Amino acid sequence: MRLDPLILSRAQFAWVVAWHFLLPAFTIGLASFIAVLEGAHFATGRKIYLQISTFWVRIFAVSFGMGVVSGIVMPFQFGTNWSRYSDAVADVISPLLAYEGLTAFFLEAAFLGVLLFGRRLVPPWAHFIAALMVAFGTLLSAFWILAANSWMQTPAGFTVVDGRFLPANWLAIIFNPSFPFRFAHTVAACYITTGFVVVGVAAHYLLRERFVREARTMLSMTLWLLTVLVPLQIFLGDAHGLNTLEHQPAKLAAIEAIWEAHAPLPLNLFAVPDEKAEMNHYEISVPDLGGLILTHSFNGTVKGLKDFPPEDRPPVAFPFFGFRIMVGVGLTMLAVVLASLVLRARRSLFDSRAFLRLCELTSPLGFLAVTAGWVTTEVGRQPWTVYGLLRTADSVSPSLTGADVAVSLAGYSLVYVIVFSAGIALMLRIARTGLEGPDVEEIESGRPRQPVEKLPGVEAGSRP
Amino acid sequence: MTAPVLDFVPIWTLILGLGVFFYVLLDGFDLGVGVLYGFAPGREGRNLVMNSIAPIWDGNETWLVLGGMALLAAFPLAFAIILPAIYFPLLIMLLALIFRGVAFEFRFRDADHRTFWDYAFCFGSGLGAFAQGIVLGAFIQGFAVDGRRFSGSSVDCFTPFSVMVGVALVCGYALLGAGWLVLKTEGDLQDWARRGGRIAFVAVVAAIAAVSLWTPFVHPLIATRWFSWPNIAYLAPVPILTALVAGFEWRALNNRSEAAPFVGAVGLFVLSYVGIAISIFPLIVPYHYTLWDAASPQATQAFLLVGTLFLLPVILMYTGWSYWVFRGKVRADIGYH
Repeated sequence: MRLDPLILSRAQFAWVVAWHFLLPAFTIGLASFIAVLEGAHFATGRKIYLQISTFWVRIFAVSFGMGVVSGIVMPFQFGTNWSRYSDAVADVISPLLAYEGLTAFFLEAAFLGVLLFGRRLVPPWAHFIAALMVAFGTLLSAFWILAANSWMQTPAGFTVVDGRFLPANWLAIIFNPSFPFRFAHTVAACYITTGFVVVGVAAHYLLRERFVREARTMLSMTLWLLTVLVPLQIFLGDAHGLNTLEHQPAKLAAIEAIWEAHAPLPLNLFAVPDEKAEMNHYEISVPDLGGLILTHSFNGTVKGLKDFPPEDRPPVAFPFFGFRIMVGVGLTMLAVVLASLVLRARRSLFDSRAFLRLCELTSPLGFLAVTAGWVTTEVGRQPWTVYGLLRTADSVSPSLTGADVAVSLAGYSLVYVIVFSAGIALMLRIARTGLEGPDVEEIESGRPRQPVEKLPGVEAGSRP
Repeated sequence: MTAPVLDFVPIWTLILGLGVFFYVLLDGFDLGVGVLYGFAPGREGRNLVMNSIAPIWDGNETWLVLGGMALLAAFPLAFAIILPAIYFPLLIMLLALIFRGVAFEFRFRDADHRTFWDYAFCFGSGLGAFAQGIVLGAFIQGFAVDGRRFSGSSVDCFTPFSVMVGVALVCGYALLGAGWLVLKTEGDLQDWARRGGRIAFVAVVAAIAAVSLWTPFVHPLIATRWFSWPNIAYLAPVPILTALVAGFEWRALNNRSEAAPFVGAVGLFVLSYVGIAISIFPLIVPYHYTLWDAASPQATQAFLLVGTLFLLPVILMYTGWSYWVFRGKVRADIGYH
């Protein structure tokens, strides 16, 4: 079997970025949640917010640390595996990536230390400001990285000289056509992902009657937030879809597995796309609904995949199923939110064991949705790295052999499996331990201790 | 009409040069501490050794990202040629750094697997340092280039020369790490750090001598630059200063000075770095492209410079401040449990 460096490089990039993306998907929301809790504590002086915040800061520290180490890998991927892409687009997108790095560094350096270690060293308002700035910093990081990602999807503000992209207008580059939609949709997704994790942990405690007061506060305030965010996200996703229809019609056709365009357009609920035969098998569809959803009109239609030459079509199955998984998760989340409203009206939000069990089960769903959504949009961008202008096949490093990339992919796979499973196990252990322990860390000799106290299982004599 | 052309290349060269140097110095000493960690006496000693760098290592490592991003943004052609050429050393370095980075957190919180994370920390540090040395060796050797692409193979970077530079860098980092530990510890542990420093010092002196003798044979450009008149007179201070600093370092490792071993090791690194810079400058892709050839357009360099000139001083100030906060001897009962 011949190993293809292009396919393997794509697999490697997908592997390292997918794992890395799960952490920001969680930390962006968590940073804002912590800032809200710190703000609530600062404004009301109620200790309960402080206890909840202290607990989540412990988990934040671990996930942020893993985000940093897995993030270091990312910029080097552009050079090692995608050197022709780097050569072609660096003049345009490298400042966006560099600003992301600077922002992350700035945030980590200046405010994270205060948030993690400084509760007793600085006054409460300064601690609140630090929490706000960390949250702001995570959003700023997302801003830059999504600007770069969006530019690859809907490039703007550049000129092409000798096959290389040169910047012409920075505002047009940053605020390219898909950026506002992608930014809003992604940030909302991160908030919702974190929200369901918080709700799940709170439900876990309520089911076991531990930390009942704190768990009720967490469950109630987060469910209110989700009540606003989940419907908003469905609206944002729809707007993002219209934007894709306008700028990336081939991607949209793949998402819906539409081979031939006609009006009125049915909606494919399920199908097994066959790229060779240019058709779907086992299609289950609803008549007319496709046109209504995609174009917001009964007679509207879109381009089908056959309107594009085969070499310009993205793979169909990944975007098609990725999108359906994402939407399926979204509708499940909506059901959870609606159920919570019904239970609130009956004043039994904290008492329904079935609902709490449901919250526990749906807790990790956000991660599934962001990964599926990311697969949809990135595979849908194929066969291009810069949409319509630079092919993925012309982006890969020319010196790499299939064996080279197979070795590196095996290395990344092994190390990530070990490191991420250890990290996830650690966060679960912190979550199971719960809010016990001192309310705020003790400070010895003016120096803060670790935000994470020792956990059960650490033998008593291990104290250095 | 042509606007007066501002040349941003010198300032980006300075930023990149300083960024890489900060990385080598800062992560250098904590990687070196990681190498020595494997030889530290007992669990108490290992805890202290790790505590001496726990609060600062992640800040040190972020310079690596900034260096990589600065190279991509300011000199993208160099980024696109060099990174594929150092595919495997970079892979080894990144995987090693991941293992070693999470070992800090996990060692303290995952007592069941403490021995595993101990090994991960020591070997991760050593392997990361060795891989960086391979990168440096490959850089001095130069790269096979065809147009705007690296035209060699992914294993070209592994040569006897680059492997030797790799070993040399591990020893150099160990010396820096020993200097740091002398500064941060006391009593028996400090004596142990001095002994480790003396062993590393002997290896470093041998390595500097070997690399210096070998380098002019790697490429004729370096030989010409070093040995032609009047260059040889201008450059003579570098080896002379190196010999003086080496003498200073040996004395510092043998008497009771607290800070001098670290200062001396830093001095040796500065001189080696300057030596490499004057051998290669103004090339950024040896021996094909200069900094100016590889530079991104002014619009790109200017756009990024605005934010960098604002953020970099703040980052430097904060870095200095965090070192100040964690100054003094590391003690068993304080800090990172």
